[in-house]
Amino acid sequence: MAQKKVEDVLLQIPQVRYKKSDGTLYIMKERVVFMLENKDQIAVSHSFYDIKMQKISPEGKPKIQLQLVLQDGGNSTFHFVNKNGTQHQMHDRERVKELIQSILPNFKRKIDTELEQKNKLLTENPKLLQLYKDLVISKVITSEEFWTIHGKDLQNIQNVSSKQEIGVSGNFLTEIKPINDGCNQFKYNLTPEVIESVFRAYPAVKKKHAEHVPNKLTESEFWTKFFQSHYFHRDRITTGMKDLFAECGKMDESMLKKDIKKSNDPLLNLSKFGDNTIEEGFCSSSLVDNKIDNAGNIVHQNIIKRFNQHSFLILKTCKEQQKNSEANPITDEQQDKKNNSIEGSNKRQKNVDNEVVPIQTEEERNEQVQKKKMRIAEKIHYDDLGNDLTQQNKDMSTVTNINLDKLERYLYGPMPSNENSFVNSNKYKVAPIDVVDMTIRKNTSEWSQRVTHKQLINPTAAVNALGELSPGGVLMSGYHDHNLSQFVPTEVEKELNNLYLSAGELLHEFWLCFPPITPELEMKLLKMHDTIQRFNSSKIKPFEDRIIRDLSPLGSQLVSHINLLIDTAFRKFSSWKEKKVGKVK
Amino acid sequence: MRILVDGLIVYFPYDYIYPEQYAYMLELKRTLDAKGHCLLEMPSGTGKTATLLSLIVAYMIENPHVIRKLIYCSRTVPEIEKVIAELQNLMEYYEKHAPEKPNLTGLVLSSRKNMCIHPDVCREKDGKVVDAKCYGMTASYVRERQQYDESQQVCQYFEGFSAEGKESHLPNGVYNLDDLKEYGRMRNWCPYFLARYAIVNAQVIVYSYYYLLDPKVADVVSKELIKESVVVCDEAHNIDNVCVDSMSVRINKRVIERGTQALGTLEKLVQEMKEDDQQRLQDEYAKMVQGLRDAYQARETDKMLANPVLPDDILQEAVPGNIRHADHFLGFLNRFIAYLKTRLRVQHVVQESPAGFLKDIHSKVCIDRKPLRFCAERLQSLLRTLEITDLTDYGGLTVITHFATLVSTYTQGFTIIIEPFDDKTPTVSNPILYFSCLDSSIAMRPIFRRFQSVVITSGTLSPMDMYPKILDFDPVVMSSFTMTLSRPCLLPMVVTRGNDQVAISSKFESREDTAVTRNYGQLLVETAKIVPDGIVCFFTSYLYLESVVASWYDQGIIDTLLKYKLLFIETQDAAETSYALMNYVKACDCGRGAVLLAVARGKVSEGVDFDHHLGRAVLMFGIPYVYTQSRILKARLEYLRDQFQIKENDFLTFDALRHAAQCVGRAIRGKTDYGIMIFADKRFARQDKRGKLPKWIQEYLTDNYVNLSTEEAMQLAKIWLRQMAQPFSREDQLGLSLLTVEQLKSNEKQIIEKHLKPQTI
Repeated sequence: MAQKKVEDVLLQIPQVRYKKSDGTLYIMKERVVFMLENKDQIAVSHSFYDIKMQKISPEGKPKIQLQLVLQDGGNSTFHFVNKNGTQHQMHDRERVKELIQSILPNFKRKIDTELEQKNKLLTENPKLLQLYKDLVISKVITSEEFWTIHGKDLQNIQNVSSKQEIGVSGNFLTEIKPINDGCNQFKYNLTPEVIESVFRAYPAVKKKHAEHVPNKLTESEFWTKFFQSHYFHRDRITTGMKDLFAECGKMDESMLKKDIKKSNDPLLNLSKFGDNTIEEGFCSSSLVDNKIDNAGNIVHQNIIKRFNQHSFLILKTCKEQQKNSEANPITDEQQDKKNNSIEGSNKRQKNVDNEVVPIQTEEERNEQVQKKKMRIAEKIHYDDLGNDLTQQNKDMSTVTNINLDKLERYLYGPMPSNENSFVNSNKYKVAPIDVVDMTIRKNTSEWSQRVTHKQLINPTAAVNALGELSPGGVLMSGYHDHNLSQFVPTEVEKELNNLYLSAGELLHEFWLCFPPITPELEMKLLKMHDTIQRFNSSKIKPFEDRIIRDLSPLGSQLVSHINLLIDTAFRKFSSWKEKKVGKVK
Repeated sequence: MRILVDGLIVYFPYDYIYPEQYAYMLELKRTLDAKGHCLLEMPSGTGKTATLLSLIVAYMIENPHVIRKLIYCSRTVPEIEKVIAELQNLMEYYEKHAPEKPNLTGLVLSSRKNMCIHPDVCREKDGKVVDAKCYGMTASYVRERQQYDESQQVCQYFEGFSAEGKESHLPNGVYNLDDLKEYGRMRNWCPYFLARYAIVNAQVIVYSYYYLLDPKVADVVSKELIKESVVVCDEAHNIDNVCVDSMSVRINKRVIERGTQALGTLEKLVQEMKEDDQQRLQDEYAKMVQGLRDAYQARETDKMLANPVLPDDILQEAVPGNIRHADHFLGFLNRFIAYLKTRLRVQHVVQESPAGFLKDIHSKVCIDRKPLRFCAERLQSLLRTLEITDLTDYGGLTVITHFATLVSTYTQGFTIIIEPFDDKTPTVSNPILYFSCLDSSIAMRPIFRRFQSVVITSGTLSPMDMYPKILDFDPVVMSSFTMTLSRPCLLPMVVTRGNDQVAISSKFESREDTAVTRNYGQLLVETAKIVPDGIVCFFTSYLYLESVVASWYDQGIIDTLLKYKLLFIETQDAAETSYALMNYVKACDCGRGAVLLAVARGKVSEGVDFDHHLGRAVLMFGIPYVYTQSRILKARLEYLRDQFQIKENDFLTFDALRHAAQCVGRAIRGKTDYGIMIFADKRFARQDKRGKLPKWIQEYLTDNYVNLSTEEAMQLAKIWLRQMAQPFSREDQLGLSLLTVEQLKSNEKQIIEKHLKPQTI
């Protein structure tokens, strides 16, 4: 109860009936709760995780109901009984429905994406998969423990995928090519990517989609309508109000107008280029050009407008991405609110009409002046005549790095897949290209100096020395070339490899616990010790026995090192335990 | 760096200098020494402004009695601001390196809308409204009225300025628009009037052409500038059009309507005043009888527009008797407007000379020439007598009176054309009366006479021999400089045919041909494929742009183009185009790359630079001939032929090519920049067109680049782009296209020979 009270109530609808008892429906951040009237008691509580979908009673039915279908097949039905009549009941239900609709996808995806992420990580990382098999499937540790250890990898992957969105291609609309199947039909193939692009570039369509799709139109009907609309076919002029997307066009237009008004670049504002203000009857007036021939083809002008708008919208998606990737992403709504509040505080803005520029505060003005000054300074600067230091510094700071998943692939093209593990291991942090480039340059510049000016050793002497040091050379006379790998069968080698991998991982975690200063670390240490013991008895010992049996001369030699590692760990543990016991005494 | 130019110590605000900049300085110095005028062409983006400023400022410091003022005129507000920024740069350099800081004041003057700091007025976007509101608060009678009527609003900044500012000097320094505003805010002074006063004493003034060339503005603003001044007209390739426009008037139905309306109000006001305050009108009349031209001694604030005719042509006589009385004058105007109305009611195009017009008006409504000449001034006087504060309503009437004054003053070099409808829409009646100046030398002549040296300069003045003819002056120096380059950073090419070998041309007959538009489209797509970042395309006219874009859409070319770059298109709406431009810049900045389709002669081609990544390639689709069916143009061509012996075709080609060069020249700025210039029209390949391009472009447009197909051009471009993408450091340039002080000294003779001898005419 206490915990639930802390949660934010997003929506509260009184006068709702559930199983014939009246109460209030609350929608919280993570759950839907129904509370009985006059009793401080929760009758129903569904976490959004458990909700599969919602259903509503069809229009025209006397009862206005909403049903929540749960993942496990159960359901709860809420009946809206607003005393003010069906109109209000409908309204209540719409509110609930819309809110749940907007919240639900977040939770669904969360579960799925997490699993997906883990799966992806394991499949992309054979080493990790092996570890997972060895440790989790053989129940040395639980899967949760495993993921807490390797959570970092998971997070990395998540970060990468959330940070780096794919941009919207300029021609995504034209990539949807209709296929004529020969009998007066067109088929359009829509991929999720295209839909995503449409939604991102055209927020108006997204809104329409959200309004219409499950309850008024089916998904495919919606897209059919979209393709039929003038909105998609840019050369058509709005025919009438019937078109579903007629409104979209208007919305876009008004947004464009707002943006145009907001834009204020002192160097690019063409309408401010002219510097005289005389009557338009004089030919030298700068206003003359505004009213040249409007005789052009209106359809053509429309197309041009559309193209411009399309490019504006696509460019906008880029900007949004940048915004989102910043530390504290602000949702559009919040931003709107912010803007509104600014506008509100700036009351003058409201009562003046669009011909008038809003008053600026001193700071704004100064900022603008500074910006303009910078721009002009940039424009009149010559890279080769003056010193270009300032320019470069600035460029460096504003450049955004591409963050690459597989740097090698970017630099050298496709690589064989066995290189993956190298790149993926998080020890190798992917450095920005320019940094890599710079370090390489720095290093190589030193090399060339060394070669030209002070040669350390001449090449022939170096080759000779290498010869002496290789097997058969003078310096290697005491060395007998006997390579273990030649006698060990590959299966055993592989198994040993895996053992090392798992043992290494566990030992790594074990040694990380030292010095165990906090109680948590102690707990972990104890647990790790147990785990290693279990691992030793369930994996290493059987392997050792088998090897001693099968490959008698080599067996002990093969496992001696791994045993040494484990023994060291045990010794450390026992000494620590003794000390601890001593301390307690 | 500190260099010696023909014995003159010049501080140049950079450590290095381009050889052509040095050569430019030498030529400029010769002009100043000779106290004459000159015509200099230097490639765009080779630091013309910095060169001009540093030489002239140095000359002024050295010879303060020979040259006392520099008047720097440019075209657009951003350009003006850039010039003043360069001047600030130069002054900073002087401060750091010169033994003593020069006592120099430089400032910029712009219209009220850019300078106003009054909290209410400066929020207006329309310049005319700002002017009118300012007038309504600063006119002398408004301020007088405020003495006894507290409710009358006056401008605190102007009051502050007139109380203390007029006597004080602006401290030395260089002021841009924002500095002036800041100074004004600090002192509570009006920056606009502060600047207007300060230009009399300032050593460097930067403003727009109009303040010098347009007589009705110039007489208000630039009247008191001294003779010992150097006038620099930068970006002057269009100066003849500016001259012509400043003397021309266009009257359409709307102007007449507004004029009639204003006249009605005036009549009512005069009637009211007669009942109220007969005395004032009597005074005005009495003064006019005494021969005072203007009944009031005009204060600086009272004069919004001066007489539209040149100062020399103004009649120095008393106002004729028949318009001295306010009633009579209004009646006179009434008749004049009625006459204009009947003239606009024509069914066919009429063209006549001013003399013919005067004869006709005399015979039809008995209006003499003489009172017409006084119309503009008489109206100003009346408006002042009536103490009208809101001048916005009287715009139409002002235009009409100015027309009256102009038409009765000039009989030579002007023509009157009345068109009943637009040629493209013959069914829609839209009568317009053009009173058009045909001779650009009329407005320019007083400037050449009045000021000691006039420097006309631009990146694209070729063919240069045209300007002395059409502006009617004798330059002492006329020079065109090329660009010394250590790598070929521009790649001009003439593409004459598409991949299918169909000749491409924007000429009228083949304009609608789909094969031509398709080839143009393919050329653009191919360019978009290989050129990084921004591409700018120029079309010959807006209508052509529209139809080409539409057919590209039908042919699917736009879709392929969108695969490579975003697309932005200039529209006829200035605000929308500005927004498209901003987005174009953004798209180039963020690396997406974009294509901008614009119109030669449009606003984009005139004032926006596409330097560095903003314009890696410029395509000129067709030759941007002016609309040749225009009657005004025809009249002008005829006049040029008769008066200056310039062939029609020569002028048309000259005009088209300077615009083409202007368009492609936008892409190059400085020697570290690089850009492709594609002239896509087979007619460019002909010697008579090619030979008229600026020298610095011609130099690189060798024979192997002039007759290419799309494919061939792309091959060349690919190789060239790869070459340009290599690192380019200052060391590569030094000694060749970039010089240090030492190199300059040792190479001086060479530079002089190379740059000056062959091209000086």
